Amino acid sequence: MNVGILIDSLTVFVLAILLGFEVISKVPATLHTPLMSGTNSIHGIVLVGAIGLAATADSPPAAVLAFVAMAFAGANVVGGYWVTDRMLQMFKRHPVSPIDKAHQATRGSR
Amino acid sequence: MNTTDLGYAVQLSFIVGAALFAIGLHLMNSPATARTGNRLSALGMIIAVTAELVYVSQGHTGLGNWAIIVGGLALGGGAGLRLARTLPMTSMPQLVSLFNAVGGGAAALLALNDFLALDGRRVLAGGAPGLDGWRTLFIAADILIGSVTFTGSLIASAKLMGILKGQPILIPGGRIVTWFTVVCGLSVSIVLILAGAGVVTYETPVLYALLGVALACALLFGVTMVLPIGGADMPVVISLLNAFTGTAVAMAGFVVNNVMLIVAGALVGASGAILTRLMANAMNRSIANIMVGGFGSQEGMQADLTAEGSAVREVSVDDAAIQLAYASKVVIVPGYGLAVAQAQHGVRELADLLEARGIEVSYAIHPVAGRMPGHMNVLLAEANVPYPQLREMDDINPEFERTDVALVVGANDVTNPAARTDRSSPIYGMPILDVDRARSIIVVKRSMGRGYAGIDNPLYLNPKTGMFFADAKQGLQQLIAAVKAV
Repeated sequence: MNVGILIDSLTVFVLAILLGFEVISKVPATLHTPLMSGTNSIHGIVLVGAIGLAATADSPPAAVLAFVAMAFAGANVVGGYWVTDRMLQMFKRHPVSPIDKAHQATRGSR
Repeated sequence: MNTTDLGYAVQLSFIVGAALFAIGLHLMNSPATARTGNRLSALGMIIAVTAELVYVSQGHTGLGNWAIIVGGLALGGGAGLRLARTLPMTSMPQLVSLFNAVGGGAAALLALNDFLALDGRRVLAGGAPGLDGWRTLFIAADILIGSVTFTGSLIASAKLMGILKGQPILIPGGRIVTWFTVVCGLSVSIVLILAGAGVVTYETPVLYALLGVALACALLFGVTMVLPIGGADMPVVISLLNAFTGTAVAMAGFVVNNVMLIVAGALVGASGAILTRLMANAMNRSIANIMVGGFGSQEGMQADLTAEGSAVREVSVDDAAIQLAYASKVVIVPGYGLAVAQAQHGVRELADLLEARGIEVSYAIHPVAGRMPGHMNVLLAEANVPYPQLREMDDINPEFERTDVALVVGANDVTNPAARTDRSSPIYGMPILDVDRARSIIVVKRSMGRGYAGIDNPLYLNPKTGMFFADAKQGLQQLIAAVKAV
């Protein structure tokens, strides 16, 4: 591993941690479950690594590893974002009237 | 894959993607913008994945490789989508745990593949060139953390799903196994790093065997770490595993030399760390205590001072309904028992009735009211409770003195005043909701059983407290009917 690249990467790593602390400490407790679920989807970015792995797999063991990694990361990304969205659409400022509720039941979310 | 090999366009899209992640998280600071934030974050993901696919298509990617990419993505994505669409909100902790597991697992697989493909050969060729010790360091860190996350999250998920029982599962000698796996996993990893750096030289099969040992230790550690943990401690565990996954992904970023993985992993790691600390504070337990295996060590601490039948005042449905109906300010204190009984909608219906009578209603939410951080808020939001009514502990506590009725449904330990006063209590020092400061208290509870911490709650002996013995769901239905009749 090239020392220059290592230093660059470490710089990015440290700054990103500080950015993370700064941004996330402002998230209200009300949203902590969607926050966790949302960050969960973000770590699905490992999918990018899995694609790289799958593209270069040249032996049966590597192919198996790559396939499992793809499936894991794929589930992480797709499921994570979907469920976070499903959660967040429920947070509403105003009470929902019974008519709206009936509407929602038939038409999905507003 | 090397950064220098990546096309500039691909690198730029990674920067855009990482920026969208950060902006998306920033928008999570308010329920009004959070949904947009999540969608921006998803857009960042789509851009990054598309860029990588385009990049890969320019290389020597064979049909077989494309089959792996498309097949794996379709299988995993389909399964994830199915779970995300169908699981009820009460199951969110286990779903998040499951995504933690696969994320950590995928990160570990990246490092595993990298070691098998690259470093084994290089070290075999007689000492590693340059700084390969560093690379091995990140590989070892990724494999250790990713594997612990994988099995730990699976166990946590199984416990939450009820496949494994929720109570602490104590295996004889479990603590010893835990420590053994820590020491063994770390020392073997150090040997691997030294081998990577060329300080010591081993044949490839030996290196593979060492890696296998480190992997096995980490997988086993994940199991023995989470098994002894009880259901009420789950918010801390899930947060901690979330932080682990983030770290594993960042380590994978170092291994495959991808800055976007590093940024995303660092963001998630920071988030998990913050939530872990918040949850630990809310339970008054230090993170160190939790890490070193303080989990589930509370058994045997039950102070048996149950005052069953002595000073407990029982209240009838009609009396409770009258108290509620003629109050001017009511605070509802929901606990996990409410979610277990699926009574969120009942509580909302009751609140609607009271509001229609001009009563001010809010909900007091303790940080560990559910099975993961903020869980109770999601459950109530699902029942259409508007989020401005959902109040955090520090925000609502000063208001209890002006509250006519505090209605406690399915909550116990988080309302226990012993945490404030009784130094001998196991939960002494834990921040609680000051329910006992309300003018009157109604507790909906099935029986005089103890809460998760297994300790008695003096709140129930308070002369201001009326106990309404009923299942949360049925009790609320009775209350609704009675309030309507007032």
